[in-house]
Parts: sequence; structure tokens; C-alpha cells
Amino acid sequence: MRRLAGRVALVSGALRGIGLAIAERFVAEGAAVVLADLADSGASDVEATLARLGQSASYVKLDVAQEAAWQQAEQRVRADHGRLDILVNNAGVDCTGAVETLEFAAWRRIMSINVDGVFLGTKTCTPLLAQSGKLTPFGSSIINISSIMGLVGYADTSAYNAGKGAVRLFTKAVAIEFAQKRTPIRVNSIHPGFVRTPLLEIGMRKWVALGMAENAQVLIDGIAAATPNGRLAEASEIAGAAYFLASDDSSYCTGSELVVDGGWTAR
Amino acid sequence: MASRLDGKVALVTGGTSGIGAGAVRRLAAEGAQVAFTGSNAEAAARLMAETGASFHAHRVEDAPGWPALMTTLVGRYGRLDIAFANAGIEAGDGSVESITIDGWNRLLAVNLTGVMLTAQAAVRAMRVNPGGATGAIIINSSMSAYRPMGNFVAYSTTKGALIALSKSVAMHCANQGLKIRCNSIHPGVVETDMIRGVINRAPDPAAARAQFEGMAPLKRMAKVEEVAALVAFLASDEASFISGSEYSIDGASTAGMMGV
Repeated sequence: MRRLAGRVALVSGALRGIGLAIAERFVAEGAAVVLADLADSGASDVEATLARLGQSASYVKLDVAQEAAWQQAEQRVRADHGRLDILVNNAGVDCTGAVETLEFAAWRRIMSINVDGVFLGTKTCTPLLAQSGKLTPFGSSIINISSIMGLVGYADTSAYNAGKGAVRLFTKAVAIEFAQKRTPIRVNSIHPGFVRTPLLEIGMRKWVALGMAENAQVLIDGIAAATPNGRLAEASEIAGAAYFLASDDSSYCTGSELVVDGGWTAR
Repeated sequence: MASRLDGKVALVTGGTSGIGAGAVRRLAAEGAQVAFTGSNAEAAARLMAETGASFHAHRVEDAPGWPALMTTLVGRYGRLDIAFANAGIEAGDGSVESITIDGWNRLLAVNLTGVMLTAQAAVRAMRVNPGGATGAIIINSSMSAYRPMGNFVAYSTTKGALIALSKSVAMHCANQGLKIRCNSIHPGVVETDMIRGVINRAPDPAAARAQFEGMAPLKRMAKVEEVAALVAFLASDEASFISGSEYSIDGASTAGMMGV
């Protein structure tokens, strides 16, 4: 059964990692999915991804830190589909470094993408999501990808922690705001643990360059060993949680945080 | 309904009514073979006829009865993949000033010890599943774990304790290298037959209903089917990396303050 048939979704940061896995899953469940990312339309990886996902997928270039870019993306969705049922604020970057040496520009950059991006996406898409929410029995759904780093602190990760923590509480505030106003949009956050994604691999390489480990595999093995379930997550396992939140199965869930971390924060 | 749970065997405690019965229906609809426990044989017979699930008269706090129950279940189905520790009571509760020791002991026996016994029996059965130790345990806590009620001291205390119980079970299974996950769910007010009865017996049923509906920012109660959908998700392989987590399903009741 394709439980997202007839629904339209916009996924930011959709060309790789968790965003791509979510886009793939939503397409498989029957949704029309607008993938958004930094690459230019027509770029080879964009074309390859669209060719693989088929006719229900399309692409829009989107820098989530720019309000004008969000407005253009929203207009594209409006023009192409006339509705938006699901918004996944997934785009994000990492940032590591000791707090006393962290460049202010690096702090500003992660806040502009990981926090401003979620605010701007929510703000810009709310009118269309609210309008579309009246067309379905349980309304529209905003899914914000936070992190276990939005729940617990971690050394040399203060900027990422602060940004993901902001996403967690922004989610709850907007969930209550919409519920009180009877705006038919549910808002929830997902908190992945360590997931095998290109972003993680890039982060690992940085740590290796900083001399924190001999190679990336040592770091990945270390993370797996430190995870109660003994392994990293696959991006498809985060997509499963996103699909639950996108579907009518989660009709009473709003303001909730779905932790998908193999037990990392249970300790 | 998609058959996410084809080939899986599920146990639901307190399955004859409310959220438990909803879970029996949903798990069966998704392809699982379901066994449920409880003590209301009449309601159980109707649910068996409707879903094809099997009923086993057993109270979760009956520790000596667990081994026989599990022998029967595993004998019949050959394995156990899903355990929904749902059975719970609130009768006999009170405030810290008014509750009797008997009331307190009875609530702890059912709501806390009963859940521990369910998890214990489940892990022991799942550990020896043919093909390897796999399974999913879902513990029905409550939003009262986060927002305890003054006039339900024992209920609130047990529901809070279930968070730590769930995480301890999850950590034990992970530490042992078992692919057995354990998570807790935290429903807000759910429109069960029990709550409907409370509403209908109130002096002003409309006012009572409005009061229950007003407890969530979403301004309605959860439906049993909505909680059952979350149970099915956590029971399925979709949730394969989710363990030791607390999942709220409360219409934003615990997300924060309502504001002015």
C-alpha cells in the first residue's frame, strides 16, 4: 500500500545521505517529491538522481539560509503541484572545534544553515502547508531533522549542539502554536544517532586531519563500539521514522521528538 | 493494510480493551499472529472472533503464571517477535495523603512489576528465537511520566519508573549483543471505553468531554487507533535502529506551555 499517494513533499538537502533516503522512501510510498539542494538544476548528480527516482521526483535549487531562495522554491511547488503536504527540513552542515578557538564565522555559518534554514523553511511554507492540510484527514506534516546532538552535549561540538538543540525546541514551540490556532500542520523532530552518510564521512576526514585518529575507519569502529546496538544507522532507518511522521499513522503526534539512535542516549 | 509484520508473532498484555485491543487489531491487520492476555473472557471472545488472535487468561502481576503462559505461546507459535507491555490500572489510586498501602502495592504490582515480568518473559523467549535473538518490546507508559498527577500518585510514579525500566532493558539487550529493541510510548489522554465511561457518568458529560479534549493543544483526545499505529511502527523493522527511546504521542501536551 502506498500511503503517501496524492501527497506532495519538499525535502531539503535531498541529494545525499538522510535527505536522499527520505526522498527515495516518499517516492516509493507514492508521493510527489520535490528534492531541494545546493547543486544547480541540470547538474549531473541531480539528473542522475531524478532519472533513478522517476517521474514523481523533481528538483529545485535551494540554499536554505536564504529567505529569497525559500520563496522561489515555495513558488515552484505552488506552480507545479498547487499543494504541499510534507516539509522535511533536513539540510544541515557539521562544525567541530574547541569552543575557545572556534571562529565566530564558523558559528554564524552553522546557525544560518542549521537553524535559520529550519525557521525560513517553516515560515515560508506554512501558508501552503496550512491550505493543503485542509485537504487531508489529519493535516500536513513538518519534519525537522535534529540530532542526538540536540539532546545531549558532546565535546568539541558546541555549535552543532546549540543549533540542533534550537531545532528541537523550535519544533515544540511551533507545534503548540499551530495546535492552538487550529492550523492543520503537525510538527515533530527526528533525532538520529550516528548514521552512515557522506556528511559523517566528511566529518571523520576532518577529525583525522586534526590528528584525532589514524584514519576514518578507526573513528567509525569507535562509534560503532560506543553505540549500544553496536553499529551505525543506515539512512534508510531514519527514512522509516520520517515516513511514519509523514503518514496519517502519526495523526496524534505533534511536538514529539523521535529518537533513532541505537540506544546512544538511553544510557 | 501493508503486511509489515508478516511472519511475526506478537504478545499484547491487557489486550481485551482500550489501547491493548486496538494494538491487537492493528498488529493482526499488518500480518502478525497475535496472542493477548487479560481477564475479561467475554470481550476476549469477541476480539478473537474478529481478529483471529488467541486469548490467554493471565494477569501480568501473576509471576508464577508467566512460565506456563510462555510455554503455551511458544509451543503454539514457535517464536516471539513483539511484546507490547500494555496492561495497567489506576483503580485504588489516590493522592500521597489518601492512598492506602494496599492500593499502592496493587498499582505497583500491575503497572511496574507486571511490566518487568512481561519484558523478562519476552527477552527470555526472544533470545532463543529460531534464526537468532531478535525482537521488539514496547512499553506503554504515559505522559504522566513527565507530568505527574497529584491525585494519582501511584499511577504517575509507576509510569515514570517505566522510562528507566525500558532503557535498562534496552541497554541489557544491546550489551548482550541481542537484536532485541525496547522502547516506551507516552500517550496523552486517549478516548478509550474507560474514558468514555467516565465522561458519560459525569454530571455534565459535555463539560467533562470538553475538559478531556482541552488537555492537549490539539484540542482532542487521541484515538486508540492512533496509538496502535505507533505501536505497529515501533514493532516493525522500520524501527530497526530505535531502542531505549521514549516516544510521545500526546497532541503536543508535553511539548511546552500553552501560552496566553
